[in-house]
Amino acid sequence: MHTWTAHEIRDKIKNKETSSKEVTKAYLERIEQVENKVESYITVLADEALSAAEAVDKKIASGEEVGSLAGVPIALKDNLCTKDIPTTCASKMLENFRPPYDATVSAKMKEADTVLLGKLNMDEFAMGSSTENSYFKKTKNPYDITKVPGGSSGGSAACVAADEAAFTLGSDTGGSIRQPAAFCGCVGMKPTYGTVSRFGLVAFASSLDQIGPMTKDVRDCAMVYDAIVGYDPMDSTCVKCDYINFESALSESVTGLKIGVPAEYFGEGIDPSIQKAIYAALDTFKALGADYNEMHLPLNEYALPAYYMISSAEASSNLARFDGVKYGFRAEKFDDLFDLYAQTRSEGFGDEVKRRIMIGTYALSSGYYDAYYKKAQQVRTMVMKDFDKAFETYDVLVTPTAPTTAYSIGEKTSDPLQMYMGDICTVSVNIGGLPAIVLPCGYDANGMPIGLQIIGKPFGEKAILNAAYALEKTITKVKPVL
Amino acid sequence: MKITKDEVLHVAKLARLKLNEQEAEALTKDMENIIGFANKLNELETEGVVPTAHAIPMSNAFREDVVKPSYDHDEMLKNAPSSDGEGYTVPKVVE
Amino acid sequence: MKYETVIGLEVHAELKTDTKIYCGCKNEFGGDPNTHTCPICTGMPGTLPVLNKKVVDFAIKAGLAMNCSITQYSKQDRKNYFYPDLPKAYQISQFDLPLCQNGYVDIMVNGESKRIGITRIHIEEDAGKMVHDDYANVSVADYNRCGVPLIEIVSEPDLRSPEEAHIFLETLKSILEYTEVSDCKMQEGSLRCDVNVSLRPEGQEAFGTRCEMKNINSFRAAVRSMEFEQNRQREVLEAGGVIEQQTRRWDDVKGESVVMRTKEDAHDYRYFPEPDLLPIIISDEWIEEIKKSIPELPEQRRLRYIKEYGLPEYDALILTSSKKTADFFDATVDLGATPKAASNWIMGDIAKITNDKEIEAGDIPFTPAHLCALISLIEKGTISNSAAKKVLDAMFENPEDPAKIVEKLGLAQVSDEGALMQMIQDVLEQNPQSIVDYKAGKDRALGFLVGQIMKNSRGKANPQIINKLLKEALDQA
Repeated sequence: MHTWTAHEIRDKIKNKETSSKEVTKAYLERIEQVENKVESYITVLADEALSAAEAVDKKIASGEEVGSLAGVPIALKDNLCTKDIPTTCASKMLENFRPPYDATVSAKMKEADTVLLGKLNMDEFAMGSSTENSYFKKTKNPYDITKVPGGSSGGSAACVAADEAAFTLGSDTGGSIRQPAAFCGCVGMKPTYGTVSRFGLVAFASSLDQIGPMTKDVRDCAMVYDAIVGYDPMDSTCVKCDYINFESALSESVTGLKIGVPAEYFGEGIDPSIQKAIYAALDTFKALGADYNEMHLPLNEYALPAYYMISSAEASSNLARFDGVKYGFRAEKFDDLFDLYAQTRSEGFGDEVKRRIMIGTYALSSGYYDAYYKKAQQVRTMVMKDFDKAFETYDVLVTPTAPTTAYSIGEKTSDPLQMYMGDICTVSVNIGGLPAIVLPCGYDANGMPIGLQIIGKPFGEKAILNAAYALEKTITKVKPVL
Repeated sequence: MKITKDEVLHVAKLARLKLNEQEAEALTKDMENIIGFANKLNELETEGVVPTAHAIPMSNAFREDVVKPSYDHDEMLKNAPSSDGEGYTVPKVVE
Repeated sequence: MKYETVIGLEVHAELKTDTKIYCGCKNEFGGDPNTHTCPICTGMPGTLPVLNKKVVDFAIKAGLAMNCSITQYSKQDRKNYFYPDLPKAYQISQFDLPLCQNGYVDIMVNGESKRIGITRIHIEEDAGKMVHDDYANVSVADYNRCGVPLIEIVSEPDLRSPEEAHIFLETLKSILEYTEVSDCKMQEGSLRCDVNVSLRPEGQEAFGTRCEMKNINSFRAAVRSMEFEQNRQREVLEAGGVIEQQTRRWDDVKGESVVMRTKEDAHDYRYFPEPDLLPIIISDEWIEEIKKSIPELPEQRRLRYIKEYGLPEYDALILTSSKKTADFFDATVDLGATPKAASNWIMGDIAKITNDKEIEAGDIPFTPAHLCALISLIEKGTISNSAAKKVLDAMFENPEDPAKIVEKLGLAQVSDEGALMQMIQDVLEQNPQSIVDYKAGKDRALGFLVGQIMKNSRGKANPQIINKLLKEALDQA
């Protein structure tokens, strides 16, 4: 049962072939079985999930109207606020924080009548690419538990890959949905900036953050996106527009689709097996009636430093509120107010978070603003123009998601800059506010999944979902053995 | 790009972080690397380029001036690490 | 050497919206600590601000009233600093693109008009309040005021004395009241200011080094602090010293300021564009719409009073300095009262009483109709001027029709010539010597006799008629 896709579960519950309680139980058992190996959850809500499932079943039995995902057991990244349920951001700083409000997406999941199984591990405050920066635990890659699941939504990806939830939600600031989806062989989509409300997502970098689905297949991805997309008056950066139903618009046809393949994404440092798998997929696209051409995004290499300046600057400000006064951790010993702040923040934040706060504070500080922050925002404009130009010719762009497949735990923790370099294929999408979907397109010699990224133009979710849907049909997926 | 330990300590003070000797040393090296990497941006001529703060061009998101109920006082204070039941308490400040 | 004082002001005014700037919590003074808050105004993790449109309307209105140009592409920025009254650890404000720029306000100094430049007006959120007095070692943060909308009005350094600065503040206050964007209640902190003072040798063009003074809670304190700072700087300069750029804290009880920060430990606010909020684009139509909503401003009103009612410059200035007062005056005149009489009463006895009672100028408990009726009673001779003052006192205690008060207190004048003649005869009979004195040309005798008659009538005799009748009687005697 736990291997069913989310849309299968939805349909079977709707058709009364099974009940939410049965599926929920199956998932809780699965969690019981594999969680000690995978460690994707920070909080499991077993009792709450069972009673929620019973309530949904009751609603269905009495013929009451139910939400679009009624009874489907899900889990959320732990930076999405859930009313009265711990929302830790995998930080000691928020270990005991229970928000008195729901994120808009959490509320939408309730409205859809999903069953919340728990909250998922991540890099602390979503800063990292391996989920090794969690204060609580290190999540393992279900395909090889000596390897990282990617990050920062590593818990969300591993959870889906290990069948510990029907689907999960993650957040993506510079690749945090797509890279772990690639590492764990699942489908992940970062939607166009402004299409999903950020209200209640604990902010890392406000101008880059987006919430998105992490799922077992492309149909699930469209289905979940349908449930979370939409204007929210609580988020000023949310776009006011009408959206189609993406699931029902899914089509396998890619005839005439013009695919751009930016050469800059296949440079030095990209694993040959990944390059090979992407090109094999491109040939498949061609066989399906699409056309691809190599082209250039010359500014791609500048997107990475621009990304690190912008995201760290915004983060330094967004995380200033964690000071031991209103909520969260407070140091036990301090001399005065300054010391309360400094002691609390030094004990409450992990190394990577401190590093980003330092870089961001530096980039905004007097005398450096123009050279770093403003410069990065100007480069942002130029990178976006690059994309605009590319989309005059191409419908979508296809690239690798990361230079390598999942690496060993501890392999890259000693050199932060090396770790940042791993984001080279994903950050420019956030810089441009573009939608991008990742799905498995093959496996390397060690059986680790390879993720292919399809980038669309702003609000081009339909095109990338369709392309992914078409490709998925040709790929033989391998489940991890746990 | 040379970043001195003094600069790192100044930035730490601005950010309200306390660094021990070892952390200050390590961060000096890390920041030198990362800021050095960011200097790559200087290869691009950006004279006259308008900075982008929002990827999707939008403007004028407003709400109407309509009162919504505030949160219950206890609900607001329940996460406070230190409170006197009325407000959030901190060491005495003078400024 | 003679020095010239140069003053610039930064005035913060709380806007009179129903809700806060970024959330739906009530914008209301007071309340138990932390009862007007929500996760948004206290910046809890994940929450986002959404701008109250009324705040933009009000800021544009204030800007237009101060002759500013409106910035048609404007944005909001974060000002980062740590303090327990600022729960997000940044204040949402405006840095390089304030809503209003390059305006001016004309003030009247010694009967002459002087133009004071307005550098900018921007919108921002207020911080919370720290309570320091409840415990020995602990301060308590109350976030009710967090997110109350403010405009900050920054003047050019065009003011040359504390007195000028005071007039400027009063003028600004009246404009804010007239446009109804702020309550301007100093005692509730809805109007606050920081002052920048510097000195330069007379005749020198370049400005001297300035000091900023904070924690000023009233106009009186503002004037005192500027006087103190002007003297302090003069003493330093005369002793051959150099002024150091400082932020100083005014202590109103001690009547002095002390150094808060020097230039070296000035804050580094790390301003950057607020990514959670969008640019504000203001169309010509929007500006026109607001323009239409601006009422007659104090200056226009002052000129109208002079032209239409022939009021003296000074009277017109005083009447228009408070909108409530001017509105009261207009309403009284509209009901038919003589403008000069209405003006005299409002500026004179009424102002004196409100001042003594320490109520806000123009917060008059009775209606313009009551004042109009009072004036008419005097003009008809029903009551004397001195009786009218008693009626006015009573109107402050219990606002009702003055005619009723006159009746209740028995203050009506006796103007009936027959009754008055009888009183005159009685007094003349009792004071034959005064008749002799009067005839001998001693004018004091007349005054004495009038006094006796008034006394006998317990003040109710109409003095004008008494004068006339008494003279006739004496001439016949």
